[in-house]
Amino acid sequence: MGEQPARASVNDVVIKIGTVNGSGSASANGLLLKALFRMGIPVCGKNYFPSNIQGLPTWYEIRVTGDGYRAAAGRVDIMVAMNAQTYAKDLEAVEPGGWLIYDSTWPRSRLLARDDIHIVGVPLSELCNSHFEGARARVLMKNIAYVGVLAGLLDMDVGVIETLLAETYASKPQLIDSNREAIRLGYDYAREHFECPLPVKVAPLDKTAGHVLVDGNTAAGLGAVYAGATVGAWYPITPSTSLMDAFQHFCQRLRTDTDTGERRYCIVQAEDELAAIGMVLGASWMGARAFTPTSGPGISLMGEFLGFAYYAEVPAVVFDVQRCGPSTGMPTRTQQSDLMTCAYASHGDTKHVLLFPSDPAECFTMAAEAFDLAETLQTPVIVLSDLDIGMNDWMVPELEWPEDYEPARGKVLDAEARKQMESFHRYLDVDGDAIPYRTLPGTGGAYFTRGSGHNRFGGYTEDSAEYQDVVDRLNDKWETARERVPAPVAIDANFASAGIIAVGSSDGAVLEALDRLAADGIAVDYLRPRAFPFADAVRDFIAAHEVVFVVEQNRDAQLRTLLMLDVGADPAKLVSVLHYDGMPITAASIVEPIARHVREGRAA
Amino acid sequence: MSTTKPKVRHPSLPRNKHGLTFRDYEGAVSTLCAGCGHDSVTGAIVQAAFELEIEPHGLAKMSGIGCSSKTPAYFLSASHGFNSVHGRMPSVTTGANAAHRDLIYLGISGDGDSLSIGLGQFAHAIRRNLNMAYLIENNGVYGLTKGQFSASADVGSKAKKGEANQQPPIDPVSLAMSLGATFVARSFSGDKAQLVPLLKAALTHTGFALVDIISPCVTFNDHEGSTKSYRWSREHVHKVVHTDFVPPAGEITADYEAGVAIPVDMHDGSRVMLRKVDDDYDPTDRLAAIDYLQRHTAAGEVVTGLLYIDESKPDMHGVSGTTATPLRDLDYDALNPGADALAEIQSAWR
Repeated sequence: MGEQPARASVNDVVIKIGTVNGSGSASANGLLLKALFRMGIPVCGKNYFPSNIQGLPTWYEIRVTGDGYRAAAGRVDIMVAMNAQTYAKDLEAVEPGGWLIYDSTWPRSRLLARDDIHIVGVPLSELCNSHFEGARARVLMKNIAYVGVLAGLLDMDVGVIETLLAETYASKPQLIDSNREAIRLGYDYAREHFECPLPVKVAPLDKTAGHVLVDGNTAAGLGAVYAGATVGAWYPITPSTSLMDAFQHFCQRLRTDTDTGERRYCIVQAEDELAAIGMVLGASWMGARAFTPTSGPGISLMGEFLGFAYYAEVPAVVFDVQRCGPSTGMPTRTQQSDLMTCAYASHGDTKHVLLFPSDPAECFTMAAEAFDLAETLQTPVIVLSDLDIGMNDWMVPELEWPEDYEPARGKVLDAEARKQMESFHRYLDVDGDAIPYRTLPGTGGAYFTRGSGHNRFGGYTEDSAEYQDVVDRLNDKWETARERVPAPVAIDANFASAGIIAVGSSDGAVLEALDRLAADGIAVDYLRPRAFPFADAVRDFIAAHEVVFVVEQNRDAQLRTLLMLDVGADPAKLVSVLHYDGMPITAASIVEPIARHVREGRAA
Repeated sequence: MSTTKPKVRHPSLPRNKHGLTFRDYEGAVSTLCAGCGHDSVTGAIVQAAFELEIEPHGLAKMSGIGCSSKTPAYFLSASHGFNSVHGRMPSVTTGANAAHRDLIYLGISGDGDSLSIGLGQFAHAIRRNLNMAYLIENNGVYGLTKGQFSASADVGSKAKKGEANQQPPIDPVSLAMSLGATFVARSFSGDKAQLVPLLKAALTHTGFALVDIISPCVTFNDHEGSTKSYRWSREHVHKVVHTDFVPPAGEITADYEAGVAIPVDMHDGSRVMLRKVDDDYDPTDRLAAIDYLQRHTAAGEVVTGLLYIDESKPDMHGVSGTTATPLRDLDYDALNPGADALAEIQSAWR
């Protein structure tokens, strides 16, 4: 190794691994992530992958963060450059003083070297070719071998890795030995040839107890199972596909009769997203809990039906795992750019309840909340996740399910209840909360569901006053929704005149930014709305601050626009902090503009 | 405004086993044009449902957009109805059926709704063998938007102002046959004697039952030169199979000549007797039926009757192995895996 200055740290390192899509690196990267987690050290794992099945470059980034931060770090300390195609770019990405590990079986030209980082060559192919038989095994074991190298360099606990291998391959013992051997090859080579550990290293901690590693789509799919959803309709679209995969997986395991094989669920792969949302409406109208996972282009296609559901008051749950737009955009990159299109999806005076989970744990709990709200409010509820939450590996507190949970099915009249009422009219506000009663097909109390003009009694109308009566009540129902949606989460910095508002996956970066700003002597309050319509606390928060930084992951400041439209926030107070390049948001992208704004304000 | 019919019933009207008269299967007064073929179909539905002794609350009326799709308001007022968006009735019905497999689903569509904007959903409902009766009230024209050709208009058929259609038609019957539909029929709104037993068989069939009904539009497509007019239809209809519907435990009263009638047993115990009018035709042989239809269509004939039936294929739930209890009726206890299962799942996440 060279004489470059090295950054020293314990449990604060970012490792990025560049490989080729389809080369089997995912299991090696997962092994590394889990081993660190089992050492008690908080980690985040992020996928940066192409829209491709095989052959294009893909990266996995592990942030080891003893402080428990949850956002992308925005830097790379150690690059494992396994892909010759991206070697030059990967080399550039390393922080000065950092390390680049590469397969030195084929030495790189000096031209690609950098003086300000450390180049660590390990002949991974040579090592694996001499120890393993078969082309596929050699490629796979090369991935496992770099985990061994990192284990040596970072001072990881090899026993933890070996235990993980034994658990993973419990049913295929021959794989345990080969994987263990590959780990040892890398580990021993690193120990023999380099000064181990590096100045950046890891050490056991106790910060992961009571936590799990999970991605948002898996958690949301599981949440739908626990919420009692029985009908899932979908059309495959990145990055939402794994949500239905998870629902199917868990249903197969938990909702299939062990004797007869009969399924207590029905999943329909639709011909397109128009059909998927139509199926959700049909099933919800029938009284089942039904949902569809999708992404931006799917929402665009669902527009007409979403407006129908709003106006005809049919429950529906949609998970929008957002990706980069507009149009096809970048399907494998993250953004929060569907806020406006979801809030007002469809023609006419239409608005929808949105939920904003900030991590996989909230994907799980908000799945149930979404169904409860959709059924009690009789309206579509869209859960706005994104690729960062949905497809990346997050450390979250262990999921819990309240034993006393009962689905809130809303105002559904069965035959018995209907007898107790003087009369039943589908769109009549009996209770003063602007929510009418409904009946389910098959139980009597028939009414005719239609998207065309209807009066409060459910009859067809083209009468102006009767029509307006219904749409005005829907606006009153919006205010009922405002009282019932999940409350915002507030962090109060005491006497701060500035505040931050952010939703969803920006949360991790904002929390880290708050620490950094405080270290710079800048006190900022933070409010994280968890739903649209915005609770009154959101309006009050804006009123209580001189300036509010609205942090969001889109170009057009869509959250800021929603704040202006829904709670009449003063635009002069709302300063945008925008991040929309498709990569997960970092603390730095928030700290810098806020610090600058504050400094300029002081100077003025 | 919709106008409801007076509830007064003549005391001597016959009642079925639910104590309901024919009138109990009616709906609001139709707002379609006087003489519209669709109103005849509505009448046939009322009669079929009454005679089948369907409990109105056990049936769901589904539709899309268009003149045809308005008609569910005009029959079975004691059944829930879902008048959805244009061309999307099949998906809503798929979801409803997924949630409750035991109801009878009656979908009403038109040629615009099914063959243009909704062609994809129509095709995929067939592909899933969705258990429903799917009626197309087919008049070759867009009525509510004042007379544009639809995708079922024949080449050369003339619009009211004289221009001839140049685009080849999509024939829902041929399409359904090629997609593997398990029940395919065609009829004419002016032939109630043929239509009613066909509807009864369609409502009884397990799986997707298509009934394409030539139903003339008196306002925009009933003139000289139209191939969807009453006159053209009467002159060109070619009946190949006559259908008798025999209810469960019903007695077969007709005198069938050996070898002429084909009995088909339905899942609910009823029986459909198919009497071949044309000896060349076999409604259980898909390939031969397709061939026959193509030849006769090319000769300008409108072939009607129960053209194809297969009671052996599983419907959507049969394929996916859904439990017998309608999903929406399952208690939460049967759906909630519980806290222990959650802990076990998460043991793999650390």
